[in-house]
Order: sequence, then structure tokens, then C-alpha cells
Amino acid sequence: MSALKPGVRAPDFSLLTTPDQKVSLSDFLGRPVILVFYPADWSPVCSDQLGLYSELKPEFSEFEAQIVGISVDGVWSHLAFSKDRKLHFPLLADFEPKGAVARQYGVYRETDGESERALFVIDSVGVIRWSYVSPVGINPGADGIFKALESMAKS
Amino acid sequence: MDKSATLTQPVSAYDHAEGPADAPLTLVEYGDYQCPYCGAAYPIVKRLQKTLAKKLRFVFRNFPLTRAHPYALIAAAAAEAAALQGKFWEMHDLLFEQQTFLQPDIIPVWAERIGLNLEKFGNDIKQGDVENRIREDRQSGIHSGVNGTPTFFINATRYDGPPDYESLLAALESELALRSL
Repeated sequence: MSALKPGVRAPDFSLLTTPDQKVSLSDFLGRPVILVFYPADWSPVCSDQLGLYSELKPEFSEFEAQIVGISVDGVWSHLAFSKDRKLHFPLLADFEPKGAVARQYGVYRETDGESERALFVIDSVGVIRWSYVSPVGINPGADGIFKALESMAKS
Repeated sequence: MDKSATLTQPVSAYDHAEGPADAPLTLVEYGDYQCPYCGAAYPIVKRLQKTLAKKLRFVFRNFPLTRAHPYALIAAAAAEAAALQGKFWEMHDLLFEQQTFLQPDIIPVWAERIGLNLEKFGNDIKQGDVENRIREDRQSGIHSGVNGTPTFFINATRYDGPPDYESLLAALESELALRSL
């Protein structure tokens, strides 16, 4: 299985972010979207990837980009995790069927039952413009995301 | 295997550096003074400096995680204001050594402790220059692939290994060996 490449239309999906709220990719048509697939909530604190992206919200806003996190955790874990880390973007539960959206994007780790640590930058008309799969133990930072957003803004 | 991220802003005379400018090893840390992981890294860096002596130049750049750490920004400003009086490292060290006590009210006490002109310090800490420097570090950090705090770069390549002394030393020595080939 390999991650969807640039040029491909980003598959639409609809996932719960809270017990009674769904978020669809198509909700964000008209602005760039950064999909952050990550293996699991509750990884070690303060140096973690999602905390970093939350910190960089002002910089992402300059591009009107919407960040969305996705893991196979359920909504209750997401709620608690998001509150604990004071995250400022939605976390989506790729919970049932397990990993279905991760599979659509080519980033599901069958043996672990978790998604890869993968990034997709999608443009305002829903086409993937950049994707990257990080070694699961390495936090990829934000430089690749910004390079993609900057290059999209130029064209 | 992808190459790790690299510094987009090379180390220059503008940076806060300890150790010889021509040292074969340069260790850059993007750090946050309120981050406990940076607090834990502080004695490790000191130990590395002792072990590697003149082979190592250590550079500190700011990456305050302002949402997670409400005092990180004021601490960074304090260090940069101290720098304007030639005492960056004194303040940097004090901030980490006394990290458990960090809060805005204590900063003037620490400024006095290291012998700063308090009036100048008080003015500088609020100035655009200090603010700009921290913002520049943040930008260079983002573009260099800083992925949390501390993020270390060994000779401009991001270090992705464990943050303990032995692992860092091994990575540094391995880079040293590579360079002497």
C-alpha cells in the first residue's frame, strides 16, 4: 500500500469528531486542507507533532489552510486528548470501519492496526498537491507543509 | 530512507554560540525555556560541551511553544534582552537551571542577579528588536523542520535520535569521524 500521490483527487470522507458531530473533507472546499494522519493519541508530550501544528496555527492561517488530524482512535479519546493538549483543530475518528479512510489514502498499517504518520496537502478544489509518509517514530515537522502551501500560493 | 531535515538558516556570527567558530561540530538547539524536555536537555548539552571541548560549537535559537507554555515567550525575550548587554548565556543558563521557578515576576530578579542594567533590560525586553529576533528564529525553525522542542541539528542536519547523552554523543562522534575521512 502506498500513499496517494500529488495530482490525485483527495477521496472525500465523513468522520465523527465528537460523539454527535461529523466532519467531511468536502466541508472545506474553497480552502487548502492539511490532513495529518497519525498513529495514536497520547504520544509523549510537548514535543509532539500535533502540539506543534496547533502552535503554528497563525502561520497556517496566513494560507487560510485548515488542519485536520485523523487517527483510528475513537471520539472519546480524541476529546480528552484534544482538551489535554489544548489542540486547535479537529481530530477525526477513523474508527468504524477501522482505518477505512487511512486505507483510501494508502496510509493504513495493517499489521499495527494504526495509520501511518502521513501528511497530505490538498488544494482548494480538492486535489492532493503534496503527500509525505514519515517514518512512524519521527515527527516530520512542518517544513514540507509550508513548502507545499507556498508553492500552491504562487501558482 | 529520506534524508533528515536541514537548517535553512546557516549558523553565523549573528547567532548565540559557545565554542570555537571553526569547531568541526556545530550543535544547534531550537529550544523553549519553559519546556521540560529542554530543561532536561540543558545538563546533557553541558556534559557534551565538557566532553567534546574545542571540537564543539553550541548554538541556541528560540522556538517558544507559546500556546503550550505561557511563559516561554517572556523567557526568550529576557535572554535576548540580556544578549543586548552581552550576557545571553548567563541568562540562558539561569533560565534553565531555575526552570521550576519560571514566571514573569521573577525575571527582573534574575536580571539583577546577573548584573544587568535593569532600566535598559526593562526597555529592551519590550522592544521590536527582541521580538523580531524571536520571530526570525521561529520562522527559520519552521522552515528547517523543527518538530518540537528541543530540536537539535548536528552540522545542519536535524537529529532524530533519542535525547539522552549517550545517543547524542554517539551521533556527534559519528559526524566527527565522517568529517575526518
